[in-house]
Amino acid sequence: MIGVGNVYRSDDGVGIVVAQRLGEQSRNLHIDEASGEGASLMAMWTPSDHVVIIDAVRSGSSPGRIHRLDAYKAPIPSEFFNYSTHAFSVAEAVEMSRALGTLPKRLVIYGIEGKSFAAGSELSKEVSSVLEQVIDQVSADLSASADENRVTQSDSQEVPHA
Amino acid sequence: MSTRTIKVDYIARVEGEGAMRIEINDGKLTDVKLKIFEPPRFFEALLRGRDYTEAPDITARICGICPVAYLMGAVHAMEMICSVKIPKPIRDLRRLIYCGEWIESHILHMAMLHVPDFLGYPDAIAMAKDHPDVVKKALKIKKIGNGIMTLIGGREVHPINVRVGGFYKTPTKRQLESLVEDLKWGLDASLDMVRVVSGLKFQDFEHDYEYACLRHPDEYPFNEGRLISNKGIDVPISEYDDVLVEEHVEHSTALHSYVKGRGPGHVGPLARYSMNFDKLTPLAKEAAHEAGLAETCYNPFKSIIVRGVEVVLAFEEALRIVDDYEEPDHPYENVEPRAGTGYGCTEAPRGICYHRYTIDDAGTIQDAKIVSPTAVNQKAIEKDLWHFVEANLDLPDEELQWECEQAIRNYDPCISCSAHFLNLEVKRT
Repeated sequence: MIGVGNVYRSDDGVGIVVAQRLGEQSRNLHIDEASGEGASLMAMWTPSDHVVIIDAVRSGSSPGRIHRLDAYKAPIPSEFFNYSTHAFSVAEAVEMSRALGTLPKRLVIYGIEGKSFAAGSELSKEVSSVLEQVIDQVSADLSASADENRVTQSDSQEVPHA
Repeated sequence: MSTRTIKVDYIARVEGEGAMRIEINDGKLTDVKLKIFEPPRFFEALLRGRDYTEAPDITARICGICPVAYLMGAVHAMEMICSVKIPKPIRDLRRLIYCGEWIESHILHMAMLHVPDFLGYPDAIAMAKDHPDVVKKALKIKKIGNGIMTLIGGREVHPINVRVGGFYKTPTKRQLESLVEDLKWGLDASLDMVRVVSGLKFQDFEHDYEYACLRHPDEYPFNEGRLISNKGIDVPISEYDDVLVEEHVEHSTALHSYVKGRGPGHVGPLARYSMNFDKLTPLAKEAAHEAGLAETCYNPFKSIIVRGVEVVLAFEEALRIVDDYEEPDHPYENVEPRAGTGYGCTEAPRGICYHRYTIDDAGTIQDAKIVSPTAVNQKAIEKDLWHFVEANLDLPDEELQWECEQAIRNYDPCISCSAHFLNLEVKRT
């Protein structure tokens, strides 16, 4: 589970806050924190992983809105993650990973619509108010991943590699 | 009368927002404009009234890909005003973080933004399907650059550990040594990348540029040196304003720089390389020779090879610095403000980046001037386009547009920085 963002930029820190909270709740979860720089992000996963990314977004909808994107259902829109060091950030990292065949076998991205990205370490009221909901939704995704993993593992035990 | 207009409303794979418009009337080229419509951000104005210690972190926000250039320009200028002498380990760490930035920036531009032009792909993601090994290697090299930035600068994008006088915190020898394995891998990988890009097909295009860059007696320039050019400039950086001046042009939100009394200057890897070949490391020289480069290079399309050679140099330099490093007694020198004017000019990946500040006795900034490398290169880019289009008027519009965009990306323009600055438009009548 990868929290992306900057905790010193108000709502931009929401990904990190969620990651840390989930890390406290679950010992079986591998938590990473990322700035969103594409090359470093891609190095955090392998094709055998189940990955959830949480990042703040500024897409123009109402603050606090939770967007859930499944990388296997559609390409990730680059305008969603408005961050650019020559435009190689979350969306480009996911699409590049897809092109290189290194996409994790399950990749879900949560984008939390931010209100304020100003200097400061507090989340806005709108984003704070959906924090629990995000954590619940991500937890549900993670247990679905875990269930799928168990099924896959038991499958592979039944059919050992040649 | 027939008019051909070739235009790109929004030039891709460059940082920031700009456009290109080329107009051809009755088979004759009549206008070339690199339009920059990135909104100005008024950094120079907002620095006035701020404390001299704030200039590095404020100006670093001008750019997400070359923040080190701004950090360094600002700290050197302030240290010049306050007569601060920087001890060797701090000076070396500054070179090291600059190596990190060159590696990150150059490899991103080479593999992600520029190689697709040569191989005929719209972008790096499309290219990655057919050339996965090149892309994977480039990404790993970039990540090593990120690692240097994180260790010295505190984080991989927008480092926060640089201050006037030195650093907030300096790494231990052991921490630096943790980079060695990656740096060695990166050196080998960057030599491979030079081989890969030297095998690309290059336009037969050369131009008699005025190359401007820094020159230091003992080293390939990063932070220090005199401002020189191949057409006679040789001044201390405090005389920058006497030789490189700016003008406003209607089609650009970035001021256009030019060499006083002459015309466009060209800054960046080609200038640095051609004016400082003798200061490259033996391995970087060898890589350049193997790649078919002479000791000077006037073909802007070959800047992609020169960037590769500079990545080799950056890895070698980083390894040397790690090896030499002795932990400083204190991470920074104490600085007492005093009234005066100071100058900083350092080699950003895209070329010299100039800062000038005037502060009062309390250290409050009274005046600031910052010139990004792309601001200087705008005129050179327009001139290249002019010469290139004139020589290739018989190409169909689509092909001409493709080649022109490639010609612009030769400069790895950073429009966000320059606006104080791409869409492409070719009009044929």
